[in-house]
Amino acid sequence: MSVPPAPATEFDLDAAWMLHPSVSVRPEPFGALLYHFGNRRLSFLKTRQLLDVVQGLDAAPDARTACLDAGVAPAQLPVLARALASLAAGDTIRRRPAPVEESG
Amino acid sequence: MTVTVEPTSTAATRAGTATGQQVPAAFVAKPVKLVDQFALGLDAPICLTWELTYACNLACVHCLSSSGRRDPRELSTAEAEAVIDELERMQVFYVNIGGGEPTVRPDFWHLVDYATEHHVGVKFSTNGVRIDDVVAKRLASSDYVDVQISLDGATAAVNDNIRGAGSYDTALRAMQHLYEAGFTGFKISVVVTRENVDQLDEFKAIADRYRAQLRLTRLRPSGRGADVWDELHLLAPQQKQLYDWLVANGDQVLTGDSFFHLAAFGEALPGLNLCGAGRVVCLIDPVGDVYACPFAIHDSFKAGSVREPGGFQGVWRDSALFAELREPQSGGACSSCHFFDSCRGGCMAAKFFTGLPLDGPDPECVRGFGEQALAEVNGPTPKPSLDHSHKNPLRSQLGQAERGGSTRKPVPITLGVRPLNGAISAPPVRGCDENPLTGFSPTGPVIQ
Repeated sequence: MSVPPAPATEFDLDAAWMLHPSVSVRPEPFGALLYHFGNRRLSFLKTRQLLDVVQGLDAAPDARTACLDAGVAPAQLPVLARALASLAAGDTIRRRPAPVEESG
Repeated sequence: MTVTVEPTSTAATRAGTATGQQVPAAFVAKPVKLVDQFALGLDAPICLTWELTYACNLACVHCLSSSGRRDPRELSTAEAEAVIDELERMQVFYVNIGGGEPTVRPDFWHLVDYATEHHVGVKFSTNGVRIDDVVAKRLASSDYVDVQISLDGATAAVNDNIRGAGSYDTALRAMQHLYEAGFTGFKISVVVTRENVDQLDEFKAIADRYRAQLRLTRLRPSGRGADVWDELHLLAPQQKQLYDWLVANGDQVLTGDSFFHLAAFGEALPGLNLCGAGRVVCLIDPVGDVYACPFAIHDSFKAGSVREPGGFQGVWRDSALFAELREPQSGGACSSCHFFDSCRGGCMAAKFFTGLPLDGPDPECVRGFGEQALAEVNGPTPKPSLDHSHKNPLRSQLGQAERGGSTRKPVPITLGVRPLNGAISAPPVRGCDENPLTGFSPTGPVIQ
């Protein structure tokens, strides 16, 4: 199949990301299934850790923090960045418009 | 059947997304393939097919569900809503609604709205009969509804020979309404047959013209399809022709993972290459019976009914049939074939309705083993358990070529005879009492 490789290097781990509001997340023993009702794209998260990362995006100041909070080893960050890049390419996750201010 | 996680899927821990409508192998964070997880079944289907009614204004010769007349036991509106409530709880992302012609159900649009309000997306298949400009505008305004128009010929002559006189014009009129309403990316669904396999480029052109997406699926010997299988299924050279076309154009068409039996020609086709029956997909029929897949409306593949106390979820989780399907399965006669990993023995329903053992080759095995096996089939092949075909030919069929499926006569049946000694005879032995898992041996994982 001629799937173009996702732009692996373009994912900005230091930006704030969020799950697209039209995406439904269904945890599974192997990880999770994600379905985007807008573009009807089905995505698979292959690990529970990746699920934790994705679910942590909204609350984290940036993707790097979401990864580290989910227990990702720093050496593994490039791998996670590639996974997140492929989710971003399908608009399953997207940049958060403005940084979320911490409020007491 | 195969896993129809269309229209779009992405693997997630690795690059591989964009326009890919199928499922590339996922990044291996652990040495476990996603396909293995799927083969063992999920707690809930990813999607399922729901035939809302057996009623249909057409009488297509290859109808998988032998549709025509409404079944009086059809699920009521309230029962259908209860099923949707369950699907929402189970987080089934979307349903593929079909029939019959689902839009002829008086509560069809209500059920579509009910589903989308309950976060269950809808893709429905139609011959286009109810898609006028008003409906098209309404459909175009919803993200949660997708439409699939059936078309089995790129010209009226080829299409109407299968689907009935006037059906080509009906389908194209519906497409025009969707196009004018700005509904981009609706699906045009084609069952590939001996008569239309030379029109693949023309189908693609039609899809492009209406800003739609082409979907090709396999003819199956299910329902009335069994009656026309011998004359319509692809000949061996046409299978290669289709395969080559899919290799060249596969990234632009959907296939419902329908053609994985062709993978033995060489390069695997896009998709999971997994029979998802009872594992990640299933069928709910108009009366609420749950079958392993839409191509297997037969008692042997019936897992239960949504009308049982446990509802749909009870059937999905606890059915003995589904439990068996989720066991590792033997490749039987095929397991020594070095293409087995890619074709996995083909389609369970295609084998069943042609009388082949389920652990042997697909009737359309590209290496020719299916033809050999078919030559050894003795006796009648299993017939569908239900037949809702119109009792008399429709007006739209009158010009149709003479064909067993289009001008069917009632099938003669043999009644049990009361023996002379007064004892009641046993019920007639039915050709469909064959267990679908005959010959399966739950040893050793097949799907690797």
